[in-house]
Amino acid sequence: MKHRPAPPDLKAAALFVAVIAALFALQFVLPEYHRLSVTRIMVLAVFATGYNILFGYTGLLSLGHAMFFGAGLYTAGLCAYHLGWGVPAAFAGGVVAGALLALLVGCVALRTTGVSFMIVTLMFAQVAYLATLYFTAYTRGDEGLVLPQAARSFEWFGASVDLTDPATRYNLSLLLLVIALAAVWGVARSRTGRAMVAIRENEPRARMLGYNTFAVKLQALIISGALSAAAGAAYALLFAYIGSSFAAIQYSIDALLYTLLGGPGSVLGPVLGAFLMFYLVDVASQYTSAYLLVTGVALILLVLYFPRGILGTVKHRWLPWLP
Amino acid sequence: MNFAPFLFLASLEGLVQAAVLCLTAVGLSLVFGVMRVVNVAHGEFFMLGAVLAWWLASLTPGHAAFGFALALVIAPALVGAVALAADRLILKRLDYRPEATIVATIGLLYVIQQTALLTFGPDARPVEAPFYFRVQFPWFGYSGHKLLVVAAAAAVLLAAWYVIAKTRIGLVMRATRFDRDTARAFGINVHRVYAAVFAVGAMFAAVGAVLVVPVRQAHYLMGLDPLLLSFIVVIIGGLGSIRGTVVAAILIGFSDGLISVFFSPTLAKMASTLLVALVLVFKPQGLFAVQSR
Amino acid sequence: MAAVTLLKARRLSKSFGGVRAVQAVDFDLREGEIRAIIGPNGAGKTTFVDLLCGRIAANQGTVEFAGCDITALAVHRRVRLGIAYTFQITSIFANLTVLENIAIAAQNRLPERGGAPFDAIETLRRVGLGGQENRRAGALAYGHQRLLEAAMGLSLNPRLLIFDEPTQGLSDGEIQGFCDLLADANRSTTILLIEHNMPVVMKLARRITVFDRGRVLAEGAPRDIQDNAAVQAAYLGQ
Ligand SMILES: Nc1ncnc2c1ncn2[C@@H]1O[C@H](COP(=O)(O)OP(=O)(O)OP(=O)(O)O)[C@@H](O)[C@H]1O
Ligand SMILES: [Mg+2]
Repeated sequence: MKHRPAPPDLKAAALFVAVIAALFALQFVLPEYHRLSVTRIMVLAVFATGYNILFGYTGLLSLGHAMFFGAGLYTAGLCAYHLGWGVPAAFAGGVVAGALLALLVGCVALRTTGVSFMIVTLMFAQVAYLATLYFTAYTRGDEGLVLPQAARSFEWFGASVDLTDPATRYNLSLLLLVIALAAVWGVARSRTGRAMVAIRENEPRARMLGYNTFAVKLQALIISGALSAAAGAAYALLFAYIGSSFAAIQYSIDALLYTLLGGPGSVLGPVLGAFLMFYLVDVASQYTSAYLLVTGVALILLVLYFPRGILGTVKHRWLPWLP
Repeated sequence: MNFAPFLFLASLEGLVQAAVLCLTAVGLSLVFGVMRVVNVAHGEFFMLGAVLAWWLASLTPGHAAFGFALALVIAPALVGAVALAADRLILKRLDYRPEATIVATIGLLYVIQQTALLTFGPDARPVEAPFYFRVQFPWFGYSGHKLLVVAAAAAVLLAAWYVIAKTRIGLVMRATRFDRDTARAFGINVHRVYAAVFAVGAMFAAVGAVLVVPVRQAHYLMGLDPLLLSFIVVIIGGLGSIRGTVVAAILIGFSDGLISVFFSPTLAKMASTLLVALVLVFKPQGLFAVQSR
Repeated sequence: MAAVTLLKARRLSKSFGGVRAVQAVDFDLREGEIRAIIGPNGAGKTTFVDLLCGRIAANQGTVEFAGCDITALAVHRRVRLGIAYTFQITSIFANLTVLENIAIAAQNRLPERGGAPFDAIETLRRVGLGGQENRRAGALAYGHQRLLEAAMGLSLNPRLLIFDEPTQGLSDGEIQGFCDLLADANRSTTILLIEHNMPVVMKLARRITVFDRGRVLAEGAPRDIQDNAAVQAAYLGQ
């Protein structure tokens, strides 16, 4: 290949801009309740986007991503609560914690593949969850902590940002989502992204073509962990609450489910998946306390009949240019 | 202070725990060993057994022993039927692909658990023990039912061992486990073997649950602990090795009670989960790698 | 051209349980050569080249490549040094397009040693897959998949190309094309191939190494090997 850079994909770029513009415009038409929901969904979509890097692009199915979300959530929240860190520092701390945890977990868990990898990540996440309960003196376990007033606003280049303002929260979570999507799109089009896809499709062959597959997988896990942790840290700081349930296995399953539904390996898939699944569960929970039934049925149906997810199918059938 | 009675009591409790764990874990191990399927919904079959036992017992008039006996026969059969349906409708269609089946059984976990919540409700419910006979030791009396649990579990396991090791059915199972293509070449209907094994695996959990429900209570979330413990046992014992599983179940059933006497249960769970994860990474053949196959 | 030794194996050994698949093999390969390895089924040919490219670790012995001891190097490091390897069983990225397959390989290409810069389309045309670049690799006919593998190997711009039974399952016409391709590739790279098809071996190889029961039974020019009694015995004794 004459190293011509891949042509800027105009259609894909236009789609991104349209989606972001639509999300931005949405805040002016949504009633308060739904605006808050969409704020949450966008943060969860960042989490799923991080998950997608590992599962959708690299082909590694983790059942323990709640630990990265939790690492971001707790690092940011505890630093703000106990150490009085400002919002930007707490957020950065959360992201770094997630990346470091991913490095640590990766060095051990990436020695396994397939089913063992799934179970090992599940168990590590269970240890992390139990840790949030064990150190209850600091975390208050299930009951959780509400962040103090000092962590509800911050100065940013002279401007003061008020996190109790719903519009501010909405736009900050949109900003984070834009950054996450740009990151994934960038990674997907990079040399590392190509290596990740090669590993997903045929790892022995990738190794035999000169790829250090362990290093590539570790990179993917670190990017994935950092993005998941960014979502966790944002969740803690935007909504001013941290609790053990955010590190529970349910969150790992949700990340998987959002990605599966939207389309693993497509940039916008996890966003769509997060939207649909969040509202599906939201509606179901108005009728029954057994709303997790929806999660179960969705998982089974997706694996059985729809393994490419929505955007994956659209891309495969109709729009191959879809990012 | 005399420590002996205390230790003796702890061992008895450990024995009961180990017996139930043995049944549950052997079911999981059997399914993994023969089908290479990691059944995340296994704990829900346990829960279903307990909840059905409550239901059957509450339907049966007269002495509690009748209800219990009925439950001991019918609950596992019903659980087996549910597992059979899951195998036909889900696992078989996925061609037993390992990663897909894990995701599907996670879905199955939610479906069974939430259906129980819908029908059975969120409350824990007691089941009456079949009899109140107490065995009198020098220091204290001990529930006769708990000893029955141990004896029954041992009997079921022995029967299972006999079937697997000595009969044609066992031979077919072992052949399928060894290599599914070769088994097919020898005219074994692999899909039928898988369906049967999946159902029997679930029934093991259900029997354990029915036996123990009079001392525990039935609750729709009760499947999670046996699931985690069975995973621990199966991994420590060596994936798919039945003998290793039994050894590990006894060890862990015993130590679980003792450890939580000395440590915070949360810390004990953290340590054991971490240990097991590391075993899976560094010693996937288990700690008691009896040469299987 | 001065006879530069590109690859040197000494007392290379590998056993699987009780099976001694490769036993203390000494082997030298000169730069620019086309070498064929032949031998009956189960002779240890695949195992031997697996040891060379690092897919499995040796029990004993050393491998040197271009003067460096590579015995302990991981697979991907050896590829980066210039050893390309094509599996006995076809292994491609079946869900990706032909062009993506090539791009994945070309990303780890060695720097050019003179000649034109790399062009994926041109490489595909050269192996006979011109016009197929946007097809899904898994949808190609079997013979074309093998050609794609060869193209992936060439895209690495390797110093040594190893093929394990490349012509197995190909039609006569395809075999002819493949021979031309190897002869052409040999202008810039050394080639080591395991091959059962004797006409192909006789046509391409300048030297032949015969394996039998994990050992080198004979080595020499094609004519000498053809006349070698021990070799005939090994094949007939099958
Ligand atoms: N992974 C393995 N585990 C156990 N034994 C193996 C393994 N790989 C190869 N063998 C054994 O080592 C011996 C050499 O096998 P190898 O595949 O190298 O032969 P070969 O010359 O390539 O044969 P063929 O012409 O059939 O490809 C055989 O007896 C084979 O059964
Ligand atoms: Mg071979």
